[in-house]
Amino acid sequence: MIYDVAVIGAGIIGALTARELAKYKLSAVLIEKCNDVAMGTTKANSAIVHAGFDAVPGTKKAIFNVLGAELMPKVTSELSVPYRNNGSLVVAFSEEELPELQNLLERGIKNGVKDLKILSKEELLELEPNISPEAVAALHAPTAGIVCPYEFAIAATENAVTNGVEFIRNCEVKDVEVHDDYTTLITNTGDIKAKVVVNAAGVFSDDIARMFGDDTINIVARKGEYYLFDKAVGHVVFHTVFQCPTPMGKGVLVTPTVDGNLLIGPTAVDIEDKNDTSTTYEGLMEVLNKAHKSVPTIINTRDAITQFSGLRAHAKSGDFIIGFSEKAPSLYNLAGIESPGLSAAPAIAVHAAQEVANKLGLTELKEDYNPIRPQPIRFRYLDDEEMAELIKKDPRYGRIICRCETITEGEIVEAIHAPAGARDIDGVKRRTRAGMGRCQGGFCSSKVLEILARELNIPYEEVTKEGGNSRILYGRTK
Amino acid sequence: MINYDIAVIGGGPAGLAAALKAKELGIEKIIILERAETLGGILEQCIHTGFGLHYFKEELSGPEYAGRFIEELKKTDIDVRTNTMVVDISSDKVVTAVGPNEGLLKIQAKAIILAMGCRERPRGAISIPGNRPAGVMTAGTAQKYVNIHGYMPGKKIVILGSGDIGLIMARRMALEGAEVKMVCEILPYSGGLARNIVQCLDDYGIPLKLSTTVVEIHGRERVEGVTIAKVDEKMRPIKGTEEYVECDTLLLSVGLIPENELSKSAGVDINCITGGPDVDEMRETSIRGIFACGNVLQVHDLVDYVTLEAQLAAEGAAEYIKKGEEEKKYAYTVNQNGVRYIVPQKININADRDVDLYFRVCQIYKNAKVVVKIDGETVISRKKPKLAPGEMETVKLKKDMIAKLKEDSLVEISVEESL
Repeated sequence: MIYDVAVIGAGIIGALTARELAKYKLSAVLIEKCNDVAMGTTKANSAIVHAGFDAVPGTKKAIFNVLGAELMPKVTSELSVPYRNNGSLVVAFSEEELPELQNLLERGIKNGVKDLKILSKEELLELEPNISPEAVAALHAPTAGIVCPYEFAIAATENAVTNGVEFIRNCEVKDVEVHDDYTTLITNTGDIKAKVVVNAAGVFSDDIARMFGDDTINIVARKGEYYLFDKAVGHVVFHTVFQCPTPMGKGVLVTPTVDGNLLIGPTAVDIEDKNDTSTTYEGLMEVLNKAHKSVPTIINTRDAITQFSGLRAHAKSGDFIIGFSEKAPSLYNLAGIESPGLSAAPAIAVHAAQEVANKLGLTELKEDYNPIRPQPIRFRYLDDEEMAELIKKDPRYGRIICRCETITEGEIVEAIHAPAGARDIDGVKRRTRAGMGRCQGGFCSSKVLEILARELNIPYEEVTKEGGNSRILYGRTK
Repeated sequence: MINYDIAVIGGGPAGLAAALKAKELGIEKIIILERAETLGGILEQCIHTGFGLHYFKEELSGPEYAGRFIEELKKTDIDVRTNTMVVDISSDKVVTAVGPNEGLLKIQAKAIILAMGCRERPRGAISIPGNRPAGVMTAGTAQKYVNIHGYMPGKKIVILGSGDIGLIMARRMALEGAEVKMVCEILPYSGGLARNIVQCLDDYGIPLKLSTTVVEIHGRERVEGVTIAKVDEKMRPIKGTEEYVECDTLLLSVGLIPENELSKSAGVDINCITGGPDVDEMRETSIRGIFACGNVLQVHDLVDYVTLEAQLAAEGAAEYIKKGEEEKKYAYTVNQNGVRYIVPQKININADRDVDLYFRVCQIYKNAKVVVKIDGETVISRKKPKLAPGEMETVKLKKDMIAKLKEDSLVEISVEESL
């Protein structure tokens, strides 16, 4: 069969684009080289919906950021993805930084960002009492927000699959053969043919483009390291707190997450190896030291629950690369989608799907398209009556597997059997939060392993942390 | 809503002993709420011996030790609910629990005994840089895979942290044929029991590398190795001392944290050093009628002391139920030079009994003196050939000393080094 569209990469860009494509009467496949969706940049970033004052007016970054942020409440509500409109602050720590706030304000107004305001020190400290007393002023952007990026991509993929998109995991594109009216993607699991190929391969999007003979894209992997803290300190700030960009870099942010944790980071270091998501002693120290500048007293590494790093797909040309390739007419590039890529994603997806549908001449919409991804059961948010009712109906919801986050067996089973469901321990963790809490899976990972083995009907030894060779167990004891 | 005299939260060694003691003291309606499928708590996976030497004067395995209490329990009418996890405790002693068989359970208790135990500190809490592959896990998780499930979590093992679980797992993995390369300890001394260092490392030729830590984890999908390095006196890695060690598994035994999320939900005051509730000599917390014992209160070295502590808490709870809320006036314990913490934190001045003070020292001492003062006056001075943070110490305040206490009296413990 020849698909109308193949989307390479199930990060937030590929997943949302696949979902938008599913609105049209066309056939689409979403392929992902890892064992799950959201395995690249999407699972390791600041999880921020930027208001849109950062990007240079007129750039794709500026346009799609503002449009994306506007779409965010609707899309996240359709997909039942946690999103909170908490607003952001850019804090100036000296008089010299004040002109930069003014700059950002003016740029934001040009970009169409609403309700921006510069706050005095007193106004700032009233909003955020834990901010350093060194602060002199701040730019307040009430339209900014926070979102869970991996849950966003998971939900979008789920919804795309429900609406007829095929999802193939562990499928890596090794090469392509471009024909007149279709392209063959040669993958480790066989050939896939499609009329249009959407390149949403993140840090590898230049490699994919090159297979098509398009060498105009150059992506640099720019590593950012982060610290995640326990919910006990998740309320230290309410807003997402940025520092003023300086010639030395953007500084680090301090932000609550939608799940109530505290996130600080990132660093910014260009690296050669696009697979290198290791953290470093120096990087983590830098994050801590810089975050202390914003919130001096409260951040104690004793409350840290994990550290991680993610890679931004930075295009050397600077702006997002969105559109059909000039070198390969069947290739639609979505490349160089670094910050504010997550914020822009909903708008990029709508635009890309429209352009692809137009090109194919398949702009007719499906009558039975359902934009709603039902809210998975979240036991911890139910009231007593709802809990009792649910357990009566299905006792698996009465068996709590993850103590730290109060996640039940029922939720884990549901995550495994969902469309494009979890296949490994980290997949369960990203979908349900089992293992995401303060003990980091110390108690529950063995139980999750048992449930995965049972539900997928595989031996214990074949259960992995995140696909590939990441197995947990090495056979029986003596 | 069901009414009970005592609700015991947790069916591990502390909960079992507390429930049995309360029954023995004549309390009628007692319930144990346990989240696991079976009673016994962490003892169920501790198949090594060394339990019960003090309490039973016998050397038992973990399941045997727990079994003694579980057998006793069967002879009583204590209500036991396994597979039932408490999700909330309110300050007025309403316990909410859920379970597949129970559904949602609401219990109004006259007294509550907290016995939830502790959890292991994970990798993230000590910020080890590097990759995040499979094969990094806490020693307790590995112990569960090996002893309960019968699976090997790896073949070439490095262990970080020389706490007792790390030492026990070094031996356990070696016995299962794994190559245990080393145990690294960031401190200049081990936090484990001396007997465990001999029986688990020395006897198996496993090196203990002191003042050494893991500074990087290698391997994308599965652990391929770790970089270890020496640390200076401030525990910072020393450049130039790095060494690559090939392994497929890194086990962590880097500390235990009392699990007090439920205690906090009830509003119990938590001590920032022990991580457990502040308690008096009967193990009553800052909320009258809520008691705590075992590792949820302070991390113990030996289960025997958990049992004794649980019995004390049960006595306290029984008394509370029988006599009601009598007014208490407190003296306070204060950790002075060389002492990290003392449990209990306060003593009812009208407690007409001997009171054992449990404490840990901050560092290793040789030929030092433990000195106890009441309001500045030395009441006990005892020579100790060796004191180590890994071994819990006790001193007994006799009834006549307790009688001297006044409201707000200070009971200080310090270590004095002989010159």
